[in-house]
Amino acid sequence: MSGAAVIVQSEDFDPGREAEALVAGRRDVGAIATFVGLVRDANEGSGVAAMTLEHYPGMTEAALEEIVADAHKRWPLQGVRVIHRFGRLEAGARIVFVAVASAHRGAAFAACEFIMDFLKTRAPFWKKEETGEGSRWVDAREADDEAAARWHPS
Amino acid sequence: MQVKILYFASLREALGCAGETVELPPGVGDVGGLRKFLQARGEAWQAPLGRGNLRFAVNQRMAGLEAPIGAGDEVAFFPPVTGG
Repeated sequence: MSGAAVIVQSEDFDPGREAEALVAGRRDVGAIATFVGLVRDANEGSGVAAMTLEHYPGMTEAALEEIVADAHKRWPLQGVRVIHRFGRLEAGARIVFVAVASAHRGAAFAACEFIMDFLKTRAPFWKKEETGEGSRWVDAREADDEAAARWHPS
Repeated sequence: MQVKILYFASLREALGCAGETVELPPGVGDVGGLRKFLQARGEAWQAPLGRGNLRFAVNQRMAGLEAPIGAGDEVAFFPPVTGG
């Protein structure tokens, strides 16, 4: 496990170990909020066997780091870790991990949700699903834009 | 003036092209101008690059059609993102 706040990788990750690593050796953290996103086996009425995540190497990391920096500006956070996978992932597989450590739960919960909302609308990833009817690119959802918009103005 | 161009996801597939380096004609100085220049090359470029929901990045940062571009810049065209 690297100490970087943001990691983009094809490999799987261990959510428990990642969360523990975030607070290893610290006694000032009162709360860790974590989020794990998984490949769901159905979408838009079709079964989904797997999906392939494409991304924009370089910009992906920069965009995620900017989102993490924005979270640090809004809440007193003691640590943040974001891991996002790319490549082919089968139903049930982990896609994304966000962990936020803070002195109190309010900041940890809020920052975790903030990071996911902006990751959904700003980080350059694209999903292509494998369904019984063939492969299809996933359409962006208006609800995701609305979720990010509710955090404005910062 | 040369710029590096990248296409992603469904746009990459529609164009059959992941990226290219192009020499810009005089007068093309922003993302919108670049898009028009690329579209004018033929039918295969016209519709895919004319999609209303396309997003743009200049040097790996989200940008609008009015964003200036210059020699050596990396400009990306892609559909709305769907990660997470």
